[in-house]
Amino acid sequence: MTVLEGWWAYVFIAIAGWLATDIWRWLGVLAGNRLREDSEALNWVRAVATALVAAVIAKLVLYPTGVLEQSPLWLRLGSVVAGAAAFFAARQKPAIGIATAIGVLAVGLYALGF
Amino acid sequence: MKNGETAGSARHWFLAGMMGIFSLPATILMLSFVGFCAFTAQAGIPVEQVVFMVGAVWALPAKVILVSSILGGANVLTAFIAVTLSSIRLMPMVAALVPEIRTQRTPTWLLLLLSHFVAITAWVFAMERVQSVPRERRIVFFAGFGITLVLANMTLVGVVYQFVTEFPPIVAGCLFFLTPVYFLASIWSSARHPVIYVALAVGLVAGPVFYWIAPEFDILLAGVGGGTAAWLAERSWRQRKEARA
Repeated sequence: MTVLEGWWAYVFIAIAGWLATDIWRWLGVLAGNRLREDSEALNWVRAVATALVAAVIAKLVLYPTGVLEQSPLWLRLGSVVAGAAAFFAARQKPAIGIATAIGVLAVGLYALGF
Repeated sequence: MKNGETAGSARHWFLAGMMGIFSLPATILMLSFVGFCAFTAQAGIPVEQVVFMVGAVWALPAKVILVSSILGGANVLTAFIAVTLSSIRLMPMVAALVPEIRTQRTPTWLLLLLSHFVAITAWVFAMERVQSVPRERRIVFFAGFGITLVLANMTLVGVVYQFVTEFPPIVAGCLFFLTPVYFLASIWSSARHPVIYVALAVGLVAGPVFYWIAPEFDILLAGVGGGTAAWLAERSWRQRKEARA
């Protein structure tokens, strides 16, 4: 594993991290400035933004890093399904859904000896 | 019209935005940052670099990819490409947020400056809450929330860095899992347009499918392809409903 040292580390982070993310934010401002709030184009942009975030969610659940990498897929999917069931049963209260999903995961990890 | 009097002062709404730090999304994000902090501490990245990264990059997925690139010994160009490809999603997110928070008089430089504070959590929070903020105060409200959230997480990471390596695995696993579960629940519950539900469902399936077909560009393809499919489906459904009415 490599670790960067000295001033180069900050230049590296500024180029490969800061600039690499902010150019998209700036382009987003320029594009968003041309969109009308009730337009069909904005509806498409909303759909693309949401689908992108959804793809990130799916990846985090299916291909996690760290401790969860060793956990079984059925436990992670089961936790999400249990959370979703509680979320809809509780009239779409996010806190209920989140607490249920995390609770099921914690119990599952414990039972599996993590 | 005297907006200042009808809408409440700018200071009031900036403070209201700052108070967003005590919301559920901000709490979950801070817990996720503790998880990220554990990841960097275990990898041996110095704490000053981690704090700098939080402020400079801000988007959590981009930081995870940046750290992985650094650890893998990637050169600056390779790391730039990996991070920038993973961050294209920021563009439609910002583009969807801007029409919600600007007025006709909002200067573009201010939007460019504040766009730095957009990442998934701030975006979900802002899209959900700005509806209840008078339009001419939405910019200050977002600035109050975004700036506070970044500074709080920089402080948090700096403070907890030395403690996080001793977390039990169950805690670390649950911290990691909070992020996807929170995104799911909050996007669904805050959706104000039918197309959001369709796009969320399509994206969840398209993500893994494209990961399997083209792992380097999966998120981008799932977003543009899946999002466009969701938009087309919702639009044709809407037009058929209108034709019948």
